[in-house]
Amino acid sequence: MSLLSTQALHITIGTTSVCCNLELKINSGDRWCVLGRNGTGKTTLLYTLAGLRPPDSGTIAVHSRALHTLPRKSVAQHIGLLFQDHTDAFPASVLETVLTGRHPWLGALQWESNQDLTLARDALQAVGLGDMETRMVNTLSGGERRRVGIACLLTQQPQLLLLDEPTNHLDIHHQIRMLDLMKEQVTNSRKALFMVMHDINLAIRYCNRFLLLFGEGETLQGTTETVLTRDNLERLYQHPLQAIPGPQGTCWLPQ
Amino acid sequence: MRPAILFSLLLLLAIASLLFSLTSGSIDVSGQELLAIITGTDSGNELVRQVIMELRWPRTLAAFTTGALLALAGGLMQVLLRNPLADPYVLGVSGGAATGALLAMLSGLGSVWLHGSAFGGALLSMLLVFGLSRGAGSWTTSRLLLTGIVIAAGWGAIIGLLLAISPEQGLRGMLFWLMGDLSNAPMPLGSLPVLLLGLLAAIAIGRSLNILVHGEQMAGALGISIKPLRGFIYLLASLLTATAVTLAGSVGFVGLVVPHMLRLLGMRDHRLLLPAASLLGGSLLVCADTLARTLLAPRQLPVGILTALIGVPVFLVLLHHSRSLHGEER
Repeated sequence: MSLLSTQALHITIGTTSVCCNLELKINSGDRWCVLGRNGTGKTTLLYTLAGLRPPDSGTIAVHSRALHTLPRKSVAQHIGLLFQDHTDAFPASVLETVLTGRHPWLGALQWESNQDLTLARDALQAVGLGDMETRMVNTLSGGERRRVGIACLLTQQPQLLLLDEPTNHLDIHHQIRMLDLMKEQVTNSRKALFMVMHDINLAIRYCNRFLLLFGEGETLQGTTETVLTRDNLERLYQHPLQAIPGPQGTCWLPQ
Repeated sequence: MRPAILFSLLLLLAIASLLFSLTSGSIDVSGQELLAIITGTDSGNELVRQVIMELRWPRTLAAFTTGALLALAGGLMQVLLRNPLADPYVLGVSGGAATGALLAMLSGLGSVWLHGSAFGGALLSMLLVFGLSRGAGSWTTSRLLLTGIVIAAGWGAIIGLLLAISPEQGLRGMLFWLMGDLSNAPMPLGSLPVLLLGLLAAIAIGRSLNILVHGEQMAGALGISIKPLRGFIYLLASLLTATAVTLAGSVGFVGLVVPHMLRLLGMRDHRLLLPAASLLGGSLLVCADTLARTLLAPRQLPVGILTALIGVPVFLVLLHHSRSLHGEER
């Protein structure tokens, strides 16, 4: 059974169509990458799959139950979303921010337990911020704030991780470290990854399923070999590309 | 600072402010006399007993309730609008109340009518903003903020008009009401339960508030139904504000600054911040009101002036010494 599936999904933003009749099946173990030009609606697709905005038509099912009939809280137990950016209107410490990830698992009047604290601290260790828990999030660098967001998502422990440009603000070392961490989550705990990326070469290294959004509702999905051809990629980005054979498969460079 | 220590200090401050208020005034009362009167063992001065129980006690309690209501409403409003500049009056509740109150004064109606009319005006304004901000589109925070501010500006114009056309002898009372004044405040029999229920409700949604400061989409992704929560915070904060302004007019500064004072002291969890704000807001207003009626006695000053006179330096000192707003926690 799929973690998440869509039937005849139709999404539009204003007058532009993001996808038309999209049939998507995300199974545990899958590592999906969504590619597309700016403004084709990649983020909107993630928001829709997370239930934050309704689709124009079609259905989304989580474990074969319709997404819009599930309580928000149980959706958040299944699906986690890493946002492109983080807003912090008021001061909050790193640990407090990561602990918010436990919200879907706590009763209305329940306080975070020691076990929740341990989970949050483990997540901070995993993203390499173990010694920063008392820092205020608004004093962190962009990359550190990004990793706090990832730690929050780990603390939430969803089965499906929706990531909006997870490598934003991260240096090369941390890009690899975070994506390794995500891949590890998928293989060890039977989770699934569905992420928006702009770096085709990182995507090839970490993902085994691709969804291309061409704009005007046209989509294409499949495995790396079937979808990531020069024709498809050049049509997708409307830019000529050069293929260079590398140690981990083909590298694509813009011409 | 650890929450337990901060709460102990706030409780001490609250008790101290109540004692300060009950013992100060035209007749000085010693602590022993006060204790005797409260426990009912005093056999002596009937006048002193009357002053304490019938004048000072209701007024002190009204001051505490008003301050607590405003600080609580301010904390909620700041989270709702995710704007540190928000105060309980930003969305026009006090403007509606003021219009109601001034109309009652202009018509020469009694104090029961005054309070009823102020509360009615506040509710009218609250529903007006709530209804209009839904509009044709979705109920977004910026739409709510803009609607509220425009409605508040509208009330401002009406208040100006009422002041301009009212006879000279009524102006003083109106100005006092607009600046916040507790001299006509009744025993807060209705407001105290509103405060307690509001506080319980605020603590109950406290963890959601902690997440809401990180953005509405983030809160949605963590399993919070945003629309009902937002509506609930708005109605709760407005109702608390309406209750406060009905008691004492539009006392400024408490609602804006008290939540920030506690944030500067390192309190950020809203389940603790909001009850702490109620204690501090109440204590601040009790002290301010005591000074308002004793500083230039027998003349009384509007309490709103004193809240700012006390609050501004305290807040600035805290801000100056604090690193927790933009730095490491101490």
